[in-house]
Amino acid sequence: MPKDELKQEFRLIGTRPDRPDGLDKVTGRARYGADISAPGMLHAAVVRSPHAHARIVRIDATKALALPGVKAVVTRADLPTGLTGEDLNLQDNTLAGDVALYDGHAVAAVAATSALIAQDAAKLVEVTYEVLPHVIDVDDAMRPDAPVVRPGAADHSVPEGSPPNVARYMEFGHGDIEAGFKDADLVMEKTYKTEATHQGYIEPHACLGQMGSDGKGEMWVCTQGHWYIRRMSAAVLGVEAAQLRVTPSEIGGGFGGKTTIFSEPIALALSRKAGGRPVKLVMSRSEVLRATGPTASASMDVRIGMKKDGTITAAKAVFRMQGGAFIGMSPVGEALSCAFACYDIPNLWHEGHEVLANRPKAAAYRAPGSPMAAFAVESLVDEMCRALSLDPIDVRLKNGAREGTKSSYGPKYGVIGLAETLQAAKAHPNYAVKLGPNQGRGVASGFWFNHGGETSVSLAIGEDGSVTVSVGTPDIGGSRASLALMTAETLGIPYEDVRVNVVETGALGVNEPTHGSRATFASGKAAVEAARSAIKQMCARAAAEWGIDAEAVEWKDGAAVPAGPNAGKFPPMSIAEIGSKMGSTGGPISGHHESTPGGVGASFGTHVVDVEVDPETGHTTVLRYLVVQDAGRAIHPAYVEGQYQGGAAQGIGWALNEEYVYGADGRLQNPLFLDYRMPVASDLPMIDTVIIEVPNPGHPYGVRGVGETGITPPLPARANAIAAATGVRLRSLPMSPPKVLAAIKAGADG
Amino acid sequence: MVEVNLWAGLRRLTDGALVVTVEAATVGQMLDALVRAHPALEPELKGSVTIALDGEVITGGRNTPVRPDSEVYLLQRLKGG
Repeated sequence: MPKDELKQEFRLIGTRPDRPDGLDKVTGRARYGADISAPGMLHAAVVRSPHAHARIVRIDATKALALPGVKAVVTRADLPTGLTGEDLNLQDNTLAGDVALYDGHAVAAVAATSALIAQDAAKLVEVTYEVLPHVIDVDDAMRPDAPVVRPGAADHSVPEGSPPNVARYMEFGHGDIEAGFKDADLVMEKTYKTEATHQGYIEPHACLGQMGSDGKGEMWVCTQGHWYIRRMSAAVLGVEAAQLRVTPSEIGGGFGGKTTIFSEPIALALSRKAGGRPVKLVMSRSEVLRATGPTASASMDVRIGMKKDGTITAAKAVFRMQGGAFIGMSPVGEALSCAFACYDIPNLWHEGHEVLANRPKAAAYRAPGSPMAAFAVESLVDEMCRALSLDPIDVRLKNGAREGTKSSYGPKYGVIGLAETLQAAKAHPNYAVKLGPNQGRGVASGFWFNHGGETSVSLAIGEDGSVTVSVGTPDIGGSRASLALMTAETLGIPYEDVRVNVVETGALGVNEPTHGSRATFASGKAAVEAARSAIKQMCARAAAEWGIDAEAVEWKDGAAVPAGPNAGKFPPMSIAEIGSKMGSTGGPISGHHESTPGGVGASFGTHVVDVEVDPETGHTTVLRYLVVQDAGRAIHPAYVEGQYQGGAAQGIGWALNEEYVYGADGRLQNPLFLDYRMPVASDLPMIDTVIIEVPNPGHPYGVRGVGETGITPPLPARANAIAAATGVRLRSLPMSPPKVLAAIKAGADG
Repeated sequence: MVEVNLWAGLRRLTDGALVVTVEAATVGQMLDALVRAHPALEPELKGSVTIALDGEVITGGRNTPVRPDSEVYLLQRLKGG
């Protein structure tokens, strides 16, 4: 749309009405995955490998099946054979085949009349293992003599002579990096490591599945994408997708980790084997941490050349990332593509290795790969700014990507708002606060592409003029409110007159999950188009009633009106009036829209954090934290601020404390929140937010998508602040108190 | 003719070429022409390759028009959270 239209004033867009799911959630009325029950329901328990890598010699379920109340046991033998590619990957993770590939890998499952009986029965399933050598750390997995996780896993991209656990290799760039480094006054190269972290959603995975011997099934499930659940479960079980109807529950967080399946098909497999009785499968927190997608761990080399005035002349990144024992799960491609996305650098080179390790199958986690890349690149940029006594925001403004810049991953940028975030951060009062002893300030920027994706939306006019919008993108961050606002704005009706429902797979065309920060962008764009379609029909109904051409009617303030004096004199016909008569004027009025929308707008953000480090303990206190991010347009600013704050909070946890800790035996040592240290309210100050609005021309209201970018800058921002406070640079996450203290005592880089 | 920019890792499948020029009016025709010109690209292009057309990452639409002056980049698969 033309830029001048993007500056228009709105009636509802940008307001902060009550949340449609608020009362349900605070009163406990909202139904999550584990809240769904059905008559005759059985309960599932999963038998998991206690070994990081082991051949499964034998599974004997005789004793389990003999336990009263046990109705079915399933193993891989109950699943079809012959799958390939990602379908085989999914099946291999759902139930192990010949080899258990990580601690917690499912090898069998039991359905019984109570959860306790199922758990007891799971313990009676006798599994004989032949333990194999394992490898956990990404750099260990890169050794030529490392235990081989998946023999023959390398695809055609992997150069000959690569270590055996490298499954995929990539390289890309532009310019002449050697010439660029020669032009620099300062060239620095450092290595950075990040540990795997979990998405940490508050609601464990849960579902209720029912499937008959006829292959027809139902599933109620906590997910970010129920069409993905349908397609993936159908593939794993060997049934037709259309025979499986999947209804999403309310969702207690996903952050990318609920865009795929883990144990969901097991509930259906058990049901099919138990005569079609419904089976509920609810993961414990320990199962969630051991066997659902954390993000990758990474080892990254970055080299940057900079002139004395801060101009970046060249940069190179070599990343190694493991995404578990499954091919294609490491986000190394995304990480490399994001690494220098904030900059306009003439000479660039990227290399990436996807590495297999005996860890769970990684899943997407909020801007997959980008936070790790930002940690490496933004830490080094900061270090070089300090070495050259340059202001870190000025250097980013000097080198920052703008409209028309050739991006680090190839194409030119359209309208983007990185510079605006940097300018706003520099102008914010937080940036002027004078710091005391042991205190330091860190700055970092971040990027995410955002995404369109397959989208289908339907809208129906009610008999009283109220409107129902049916969408297929589960609401994980406020999309029902923002979709209702955009629909009401388009129709010219009150926000309260619109109800948005997330509907089951039988009710709409295929929808991709709520991922890639796409729900408000893509479902919003489709909802606006669906509303426009309904408006056209309502204008036609009014025209027919008035006996004038449909083209002579326009829509204004929630009513059909004559387009001008020549159209005739008729009082406005409201949406309620049209709705009340629609049965006798041509039938129900609805609008729908299906597309894979273009017009996606990338999102940039800049964070500023002040910390104080206790030199006696290494403990880091966040004094103040500022998130500045370009939303394109904030449809419901309170939710946008919530996304900014949530991303910052998760990034702070990743930076400071969160990590998967494995023992020498390859088993996860901290599969509980007591030991897996998530940030809690007392760890965080109020996170200040500034919403920048550089509207995206590809969306009718300028939306970019805000969910992911906010987690990318916190990791380096914290590292930069700690370096400023202590004089020591930590290049390995998490920057937990013992590591900070050790670095301070050593007086050297950590 | 449309100039298609490949990522460097594909060079070994295109006899070293980083930019391949093909006759195409749509994204679908462009991908098919790339495979005809360099058959070794087929497995890579059959996977979930990401295409950036005139600065915009598109995830669908083989029917999307491509102009002779379009800026076209093939990118590594991208997925979000």
